[in-house]
Amino acid sequence: MSIYVDEETRILVQGITGHQGSFNTTQMLKFGSKVVAGTSPGKGGTSIDGVKVFNTVEEAMGEDPNATFISVAAPYVLDAAKEAIYNGIGLIYILTEKVPYQDTMRIVSLAKKMGKIVVGPNGPGITSPFSCKLGIMPNQIFKRGNVGVISRSGTLTYEIVNQITTSGLGESTVVGLGGDPVTGLNYIDVLEEFKKDDQTEAVAMVGEIGGTAEEEAAEYIKNNFNKPVVSYITGRSAPPGKRMGHAGAIISRGKGTAESKVSALENAGVKVAAFPYEIPSLLKKVLQ
Amino acid sequence: MNLYEYQAKELFRKYGITVPKGKHVKNEGELAWDSYPVVIKAQVLTGGRGKAGGIKFANNARELAENGKQVMSMSIKGLKVRSILLEEKLDISKEYYVSITLDRSKRMPIIMATTSGGVEIEDVPNEKIVKYWIDPTLGYSSFVGRDISFRLNLPAEESKQFQDILSRMYRLYEEYDCELVEINPLVVTKQGSIIAGDAKVVVDSDSLFRHKDLPENSAERTELEEIAFTKGYSLVELDGNIGVIANGAGLTMATLDGLTQKGGKPRNFLDLGGSDDVEKVVGAFEILKVAKPKGILINIFGGVTHCDTVANGIVEAKKRVGVDVPMVVRLSGVNEDIGRKILKENQIDSYADMMDAIEDIVKVVNSR
Repeated sequence: MSIYVDEETRILVQGITGHQGSFNTTQMLKFGSKVVAGTSPGKGGTSIDGVKVFNTVEEAMGEDPNATFISVAAPYVLDAAKEAIYNGIGLIYILTEKVPYQDTMRIVSLAKKMGKIVVGPNGPGITSPFSCKLGIMPNQIFKRGNVGVISRSGTLTYEIVNQITTSGLGESTVVGLGGDPVTGLNYIDVLEEFKKDDQTEAVAMVGEIGGTAEEEAAEYIKNNFNKPVVSYITGRSAPPGKRMGHAGAIISRGKGTAESKVSALENAGVKVAAFPYEIPSLLKKVLQ
Repeated sequence: MNLYEYQAKELFRKYGITVPKGKHVKNEGELAWDSYPVVIKAQVLTGGRGKAGGIKFANNARELAENGKQVMSMSIKGLKVRSILLEEKLDISKEYYVSITLDRSKRMPIIMATTSGGVEIEDVPNEKIVKYWIDPTLGYSSFVGRDISFRLNLPAEESKQFQDILSRMYRLYEEYDCELVEINPLVVTKQGSIIAGDAKVVVDSDSLFRHKDLPENSAERTELEEIAFTKGYSLVELDGNIGVIANGAGLTMATLDGLTQKGGKPRNFLDLGGSDDVEKVVGAFEILKVAKPKGILINIFGGVTHCDTVANGIVEAKKRVGVDVPMVVRLSGVNEDIGRKILKENQIDSYADMMDAIEDIVKVVNSR
């Protein structure tokens, strides 16, 4: 079993003719995902790697998509997400970075009321080896296994997934939440799914400075989560008040430090790695 | 992006929020006022300017010239005062506080208000602060202002003014994509009117494409950060001596952490981002040239950014920019074999493991 995505996931790519849209359409197809349609206003009737391109989401609904990959420019993300919600698509992944946070807040609030799931923005998406990849994670780092991974970053997630894979373990589903201050899914949402997922026997949670999402996840783990969790938190050496690449990675008014997150997680019984390479050995220990 | 007080107050005026009569002064020649006393306020993008002596008063033209000159020549927390705001002195009866900002946990805007204003909100006891969350789909409505006024126990004559200010603040918060709109103190004068004594506005930098009327405040960036920003790089200047180029915000942060934990001192955070472009790599070396590190660490996990692209970029940079300090390269992920081969052909060694590379550069730099 996997969470959020599976063999039944039928992907629409909004902005399929753009650089990211077309490149990742090919990559998702290579991974084995079902990419069933794309949109690009004005380019309807063409195709990308065999995937039909439509002018509007409404037209594309004829191909029966149930998830969307949004990679339009930041100013158009709010509109693209509304178009997907209006047409009843249940799973909305947003790749785009630098989306104004108030736009994201509106998307997340609306989606919640309509019972839709938003992943991202500014994250690598969701991959479940090898039933489906909805996103941009490199195809070759995965191995099917029993470790669930949740992270706020992209490249660091690949680094850690790669280490899990080369250590001989494998992944159930890998979820990238996104590096923005406001994102659709958060740690607790994903932990709830991993709790119900039989395939997942342990969880690796990759966190970073900024906000209090890791602290809230720690509280949830302490009271509600029955599978072992290991973690790595980055940004220990970051100066306060500076945005470290991700819009959400900032220590502001003394809140959001790595120390606070590490101690909250340790209090919840989570083993926290000092370096990323320690994750596989910690996982092996808790899985014994 | 933080706005200066005078810029924030211009926005307040535009939205019909009453602010004191004032004048923005950029040089000593403009130091003039018609009815004393007058308040002289340093314009800097940092808090605590009052304690640092950045707010002074003048009762006549002589005092204004003297104190104005003094404030203009100050530096507050390392930031040079480039201009001042002259304002009428208010007859203060009471000081309140009100702000609108993002609650990251709830993913909703939060309004905070208290009648114990004039001090940092962090110093006000929690039970004295009224908190109200706005559903982003429903938005603001008049009942919110009424509810908050009742909870603050405002007298009827203040309540109406307060509700009017709050609804205007919320419009500003939404229409200018603000991260923060804060009035502290929100002054109730002896005459009974409510005026924004101070104004703090932070605009979401990612929204600037739709706020072309706002000036870019570059004062928040160091010279090196400004160079990187203009070239489209995400860079944070640090005070160490090892230059860092990595890809992805998380991995770059993890690289800095690793360096620090192993006894090294990073010079910078530089994220190549989701690019796959030789020139982007060369450009990063050009920026590091300005930063003058004692050694350079490149840490790449190839995904969207391919290892061979980075390898070609390093080779190009060596030719065109020149690398005159020790350099350690780590390549892993997509096309790592091709990348490593390109480097080898150009007599550059590389690691597959991040920690090996970190330990090597720390050893080399610390022994120099």
